[in-house]
Amino acid sequence: MSLGLREKLIFEYSRPGRGARGQWPGAPAGAAAEALPAGLRRRRRPLLPEVSELDALRHYTRLSQLNFSIDTHFYPLGSCTMKYNPRACNAAAMLPEFLARHPLAPIEQGQGFLACMYELQEMLKALTGMRGVALSPLAGAHGEFAGVAMIRAYHRARADLARDEIIVPQAAHGTNPATATMCGCVAREVAVGADGDVDLAALRAAVSPKTAGIMLTNPSTLGVFERRIEEVARIVHEAGGLLYYDGANLNAILGKVRPGDMGFDVIHMNLHKTFSTPHGGGGPGAGAVGVSARLLPFLPLPIVGREPDAERERGAARPLYRWLGERDLPQSIGRLTGFGGNAGVLLRAYVYMRMLGREGMRRVGEYATLNANYLSARLQQVGFEAAYPQRRASHEFILTLRRLEQEYGVTAMDVAKRLLDLGFHAPTTYFPLLISECLLIEPTETESKQTLDAFIGAMAQILREAQENPGQLHGAPHTLPVRRLDDVRAARELNLIYPGPA
Amino acid sequence: MPFIPHTDDDEREMLSAIGAPDIEALFDEIPPNLRVTSLDELPAGLSELEVMQLMAARARQDGRASCFIGAGAYEHHIPAAVWSTITRGEFYSAYTPYQAEASQGTLQSIYEYQSMMASLTGMQVSNASLYDGASAVAEACLMAVRANRRSKAARILLPRSLHPHYRAVTLTTALNQGLAFDTLPFARDAGHVTLDALAAHDGEDFTALVIQQPNFFGVIEEVDALTDWAHAREALVIAVVNPISLALLKPPGEWGAKGADIVVGEGQPLGCPLSSGGPYFGFMTTRMQHVRQMPGRIVGATVDADGRPGFSLTLQAREQHIRRAKATSNICTNQGLLMLAGTLYLALMGAQGLERVAAASMARTEELVRALTAIAGVRRVFARPVFHEAVLTLDRPVAPVLAVLAQRGIQGGLDLIDHYPELGPALLVCATETKSSADIEAYASALSEALRPARAA
Repeated sequence: MSLGLREKLIFEYSRPGRGARGQWPGAPAGAAAEALPAGLRRRRRPLLPEVSELDALRHYTRLSQLNFSIDTHFYPLGSCTMKYNPRACNAAAMLPEFLARHPLAPIEQGQGFLACMYELQEMLKALTGMRGVALSPLAGAHGEFAGVAMIRAYHRARADLARDEIIVPQAAHGTNPATATMCGCVAREVAVGADGDVDLAALRAAVSPKTAGIMLTNPSTLGVFERRIEEVARIVHEAGGLLYYDGANLNAILGKVRPGDMGFDVIHMNLHKTFSTPHGGGGPGAGAVGVSARLLPFLPLPIVGREPDAERERGAARPLYRWLGERDLPQSIGRLTGFGGNAGVLLRAYVYMRMLGREGMRRVGEYATLNANYLSARLQQVGFEAAYPQRRASHEFILTLRRLEQEYGVTAMDVAKRLLDLGFHAPTTYFPLLISECLLIEPTETESKQTLDAFIGAMAQILREAQENPGQLHGAPHTLPVRRLDDVRAARELNLIYPGPA
Repeated sequence: MPFIPHTDDDEREMLSAIGAPDIEALFDEIPPNLRVTSLDELPAGLSELEVMQLMAARARQDGRASCFIGAGAYEHHIPAAVWSTITRGEFYSAYTPYQAEASQGTLQSIYEYQSMMASLTGMQVSNASLYDGASAVAEACLMAVRANRRSKAARILLPRSLHPHYRAVTLTTALNQGLAFDTLPFARDAGHVTLDALAAHDGEDFTALVIQQPNFFGVIEEVDALTDWAHAREALVIAVVNPISLALLKPPGEWGAKGADIVVGEGQPLGCPLSSGGPYFGFMTTRMQHVRQMPGRIVGATVDADGRPGFSLTLQAREQHIRRAKATSNICTNQGLLMLAGTLYLALMGAQGLERVAAASMARTEELVRALTAIAGVRRVFARPVFHEAVLTLDRPVAPVLAVLAQRGIQGGLDLIDHYPELGPALLVCATETKSSADIEAYASALSEALRPARAA
């Protein structure tokens, strides 16, 4: 492992007068800057590093080495789908013509790019069973916003104005209720039954003429497939509400079952999960949305349209692909992004999908599920407790460490931190909130059996340590650049920026 | 099977450990009538070689024009070290730094980014970035409503000279939460917001005034007077700025007597390629007193169990994964990788390099405007100083002229007819340090030619 010691701040390398001068443009050809009125000019230079190119390169390379990443470690982070990010996707998106293209450039000089975007829309439609797709939302939560805004616009267009409640299952991602609030709705929670499926009686009691819709993940955040999804759809639709599909767990069912066929009216897809665009240490994402026929008029702008063949046969000289705007979709919820979306991310997703093709897509769902079920079965064999042992795991599953906590005082956090010592990124901890001391584990389809076996070995070792030497776990991690950080101090004595040289 | 490593033996052993006869059995909880029967609409898979050939052909189809379009996305030189560093797998393929001990590289780079952006904008704190400049303006308006407890109105003044897409995104985002927006006109002769325009709102209750500097037309606003006017009425000031311009222009923290309250903008000029519109990053900085109202991730310095310094995400109690329906925003990503590009860009440029980029861009734009307005029928619209963009009018509709230029490999600017019909046949042009005198002369000569036939007729 390359995890080294602490690296000082970039500012601490600064020396007055030093700089990566090879990057600076030559002296300006005119005096426009000098002509700026004095009252509008900056008086003091900002505190930016004064370092050589090598200083900067070395510093950020060293910082990179303090990170875990998919490229260096197994990353079984539940709900995040940390699969291999193929390098070809990056290479293709970084072709110079794609990088240089201005977002407002004429569409005539973007037909190659727009063709990719149009085909991406079509592939996502086919894969999810939806009727229309918009690519512009910039992240999953942004897609959620678009989806709930479309649900609201739909009810409003029908003059059905009282519908401002969004139902979310107890175990939902935090973004679901937060999105409901952002769209001016009230989030209403429904219980989940002991078997992990939504409690239908509770759902029937929750729906009303105020119901705008329900937000569901399927497989749910509990790592199991919502078996009565058709009944859920019927209840919500009969009450006049719409169904929102949170695509966080789409990887589990890729090529096996489609949200559109389950009765969903609107979905978002996390292209940075299912379609393997990089997470980049927290972004960029892409949260494309798909809709059923009744929500088509409300899709966010812009989307890519293709000139109908009939028009072209009549000899229309217009380019094949163009951006559709307000004139094409007058009922749209409007624009969510400065330009057309995270084009570079979308290109990476497009390349990934083209490489996989229809067979590869189906295998994603299959092998993600195989890996999760294998890991779940083996971890139970070595002594861990599954939260839903009677259920099939989907692409992820939950362990509960409540017994470890009761018997040895070892928490999910302790186990997570000890895994870091052993060279594995930790699973998601303490989510869903419903299950005490839980680990949410998602191996993804790109990990080999040998990697999974090594992880099982590490977990077994931790189980032994819990019994023999719990102190070892409370103190973990021991081998990383830092040990557990004082979050209370971080929040209480806020130190959010470098104060400058002493 | 691309990217799936399982051998037949692996598969057999795994199924046997599970106790399932085959992979299909693992999907037995899905109602059979819902199962996908055909994926025929999807294409067959391609090898890496085939897909790279396809993409290279698509890229060639788009070509490379000489681009004089700005309008919120700007072509600047990007040091090679920026993208070669940030596409290292350890940055590129890492997740949000929830496990702080395994993410010190990402966390420290965010802390450095926050420091640079706070200083550049003249503010006290920064978040770890937002989706893009447009959504950052929308988030700033929502934040202002939370932060300004004196105002009861949830009403924001938006200049008509704000980027029209920023305005559109703000409306899409905020109207669902009941915010109201009033539009401020721009002076027809100079393109800026005047105190006269504000006078119509004297005595009204409003939450915040948005000021874009330079504004969408490239025009430099009288930010001190506008800021003081808003503060005298207990409204907050939301500054929308171009980060490169801040090397030369007064930072929002110093606007007026008290400085702006929230600063946002598009980070793209800092090391992010144009790339048809994204990924970019939005930035947001503010005063310490408003930090708990700020959306998005924030990193803080702290110590570990042994008292050694380290970094972690902080103030998470604002965020969706803790507060759920009561969170400041539903946002859970930042634009991590692009923010990192911005950090490297700023580290390599430093304050002096950034000044050079800003000054060279201003100079090139001045040169461009001079060259183009020397052509009969081309006039400059606004009299005030500009940063690196300017509005010109032509003596005829802009679109056909731009089409002629495009055929010559020149993207001549943005036609303003849809967004600002009141300006007539107007064109927004931009030149940065990437344009040479030869590029500018080529544009001027092509434009001159494009305008000639009609004049002769």
